[in-house]
Amino acid sequence: MPGLAGRMSTVVKSKISRMLDRAEDPGETLDYGYQKQVEMLQNVKKGIADVVTAKKRLQMQSSKLEQQVVKLDTQARQALSQGRDDLARMALERKTLAQTELQSLDSQIKELEGQQEQLTANEQKLRTKIEAFRTKKEVIKAQYSAAEAQVKISDAAHGVGEEMADLGLAMQRAEDKTEQMRARASAVEELEEAGTFDDITQLGSGEDDLDRQLKQLTSGAQVDDELAKMRAELGQGGGESPTLEQGKENA
Amino acid sequence: MIVRISGEGQFRLPDEDAARLNELDNRAVAAVEQGDEHGFMELWAQMLDLVARDGNRLADDELEESDVILPPRDVSFEEAQGEFTGEGLIPD
Repeated sequence: MPGLAGRMSTVVKSKISRMLDRAEDPGETLDYGYQKQVEMLQNVKKGIADVVTAKKRLQMQSSKLEQQVVKLDTQARQALSQGRDDLARMALERKTLAQTELQSLDSQIKELEGQQEQLTANEQKLRTKIEAFRTKKEVIKAQYSAAEAQVKISDAAHGVGEEMADLGLAMQRAEDKTEQMRARASAVEELEEAGTFDDITQLGSGEDDLDRQLKQLTSGAQVDDELAKMRAELGQGGGESPTLEQGKENA
Repeated sequence: MIVRISGEGQFRLPDEDAARLNELDNRAVAAVEQGDEHGFMELWAQMLDLVARDGNRLADDELEESDVILPPRDVSFEEAQGEFTGEGLIPD
């Protein structure tokens, strides 16, 4: 089959042969196979730990951004009640951008969670297969002649080998994805470091380069809508005018 | 026949399904070659449906080699394209 399945089968089968071909006799196949299986389980554990680390990092960023969203929203209201539409708009632009980042982070966190679950389930399955392989090995040794045993063991080894090869592929794929997310997380961190989500009270007056970029990035319509909504809300209790909160409780 | 969905596990299917699976697979390849993402995704879903409908999951302690290995369920169109340009779903 030259198609999707054929290509996939070829990749996995070539990995199995490479794993199994090193051994000359059935006994060696078993020893080598077992050694490989133990290594594989260690790798899977490490792979799962990597996914968890990546997930935690994204979760931390996500909760930081959530705080910024709340803060920027508050500041926009305060600015508006003081008649500082320019500041309110700036805060809302930042809030919009932070919200967009949040959505993307959250979907990545979900993806990593799925990956973690799948790898954990696969690890369990591989353990069971290794155990079955060991049991089978003893039965084969007791019941069959050397020549017959070789064939039987080879079958069993291919069974467990395929599981290992496939898990190896799944881990590599998980690693690639985690790597992509790591890059993405760094990009968000850079935005943070550049002050993209900082509260507006920490900025000097006047429009800086960042603001110009933000204006291009965030949807003007969305900001306008939100501004109008806030005005309507504030319009009812418009008497008081709290001072613009200073950004000292910088989270 | 035994079919593995990569990253997921093995399923035992009636041998008659081989021809149908092969046909879907060939059409999926054609869709990829034409850059038809929608068509590919549709055919891929049909392949997964076939396995889900006719297949019985192998017990974890069964040691069988698969006759056919399918890519991971969430294979992307880009990954499928990679498979045919020779780069492979997962490089060696």
